[in-house]
Amino acid sequence: MNCKLSIRDLNIYFGDNHAVKNIDMDVAENSVTAIIGPSGCGKSTVLRSINRMHDLTPSARVTGTIMLDDSDIYGRNVDPVTIRRRVGMVFQKPNPFPAMSIYDNVIAGYKLNGVLKKGEADEIVESSLKRVALWDEVKDRLRTGAVELSGGQQQRLCIARTIAVKPEVILMDEPASALDPISTLKIEELIEELKSKYTIVIVTHNMQQAARVSDVTAFFYLGELVEIGETRKVFTNPEKKQTEDYITGRFG
Amino acid sequence: MTLRSITVRRASNLAATFLMGGATILVLLPLVIIFYHIVKMGISSINPAFFTNIPQPPGEVGGGMANGIAGSAIMIGMASLAGLPVGIFGAVYLTEYGTGRLATVIRFSADVLSGIPSIITGMVAYSLLVVPMKGFSALAGSFALSLIMVPIVLRTTEEQLKMVPATLREASLALGVPLWRTSIKVTLRSAMTGVITGILLAVARVAGETAPLLFTALGNQFWSKKLNEPMAALPLQIFNFAISPYEDWHRLAWAGALVLVVLMFGLSLAARWLGRAKHS
Repeated sequence: MNCKLSIRDLNIYFGDNHAVKNIDMDVAENSVTAIIGPSGCGKSTVLRSINRMHDLTPSARVTGTIMLDDSDIYGRNVDPVTIRRRVGMVFQKPNPFPAMSIYDNVIAGYKLNGVLKKGEADEIVESSLKRVALWDEVKDRLRTGAVELSGGQQQRLCIARTIAVKPEVILMDEPASALDPISTLKIEELIEELKSKYTIVIVTHNMQQAARVSDVTAFFYLGELVEIGETRKVFTNPEKKQTEDYITGRFG
Repeated sequence: MTLRSITVRRASNLAATFLMGGATILVLLPLVIIFYHIVKMGISSINPAFFTNIPQPPGEVGGGMANGIAGSAIMIGMASLAGLPVGIFGAVYLTEYGTGRLATVIRFSADVLSGIPSIITGMVAYSLLVVPMKGFSALAGSFALSLIMVPIVLRTTEEQLKMVPATLREASLALGVPLWRTSIKVTLRSAMTGVITGILLAVARVAGETAPLLFTALGNQFWSKKLNEPMAALPLQIFNFAISPYEDWHRLAWAGALVLVVLMFGLSLAARWLGRAKHS
């Protein structure tokens, strides 16, 4: 398989706090990589570094390289906006734009950038919503506010909004942790379905979820990458004692 | 610890309630007195002529303050055109980009600027515009008013922008929308009702300003035809007429005061209504 993301010697600091230490990991194209670990282990921090979300935090400092295909995300002349168009993100709490309708939320990436072509919108909205299996539920009320949807629907809307701009990689930061079990199931099915077209990295607190949806699992602890490997192997026969203790629930 | 008897506690509770109730009445009293007095003195001179005619010489009937009302509207309008964008975009800069020392300096300057007595703002406008232009003008008046508006709008807008959840900003950025577009199309738009509330309050504040207009716009007994001429303003006319020795003019001043107070009342009410609509 093709290597889509290649992280080398990644270190992230917040002021004096060395949050993420010497991470090396690869993410294969069209695969789902799960990042697991106890709270505060740096897993979200790593995820957010992949589309340069830390640029907004003045105290944050990132060193090392993250290669997206052949371009270094942290390269000197790289525009974070270009990176974010290739690397989309779905957040923990569904965050549709509250002032926009369902329809406008799906095409928000085009609208906000002012690049929407006439006649294109309907097609983008329909195909994106179909892809996240939300079309049938909302097709009769596309013009109503996005906040009127349930939490699970909002999260699928946010995923539709993300894939509408055709990214290559989708980062998901605990995308189902604020949802009920049925909505969670739908999101998980969706991840399985999306992997044929996108490369997905998902941070999750839920180990069963990691086991269900991912091909590769990375276990983080105290800012370090303890173990990374094929999901089945990490969960059934981990190499490190720490990993075993965590997945068997002895700590964390 | 033993509790004091129920009677003593009830009595002290009652006393405290009365004390606070009394204080509340004392707070409201001045407003009621001002409103009652102005309505009583001014209402009789409120008629169509007041809004359509310019002041008449003492002794002649049918004078109004149309030129003052129009002048105030023009100068507040121009001050808003100049001051609001500066205040609003300055606030966007502070919240979205301003983390360094420059932001601290701007914030502090805005606080100092909003604390400066308005007569001093007028003096500055006088020396910066009136002296070089060799004459009092509506432009100078508008400039002075805009100097007062900027810090108010800047700080209220900044407060509103800070309340926009970071998740919205991140949602937009993650879609590959540049920060400047995100700031304007997502953050500022989400905060719009709050920002408009701040604008209304700033307008209400400068609508009643007299001191900065005294030696900038100066005032005018007639219609002003150009922006580089002295221009009438409602608060200026109230001031000039109130200190005149003529009964007729006193009555007009009261009517002008009534119009001004009703205008401010309306603006504050609109601001409150908007603010409440946002939270419900």
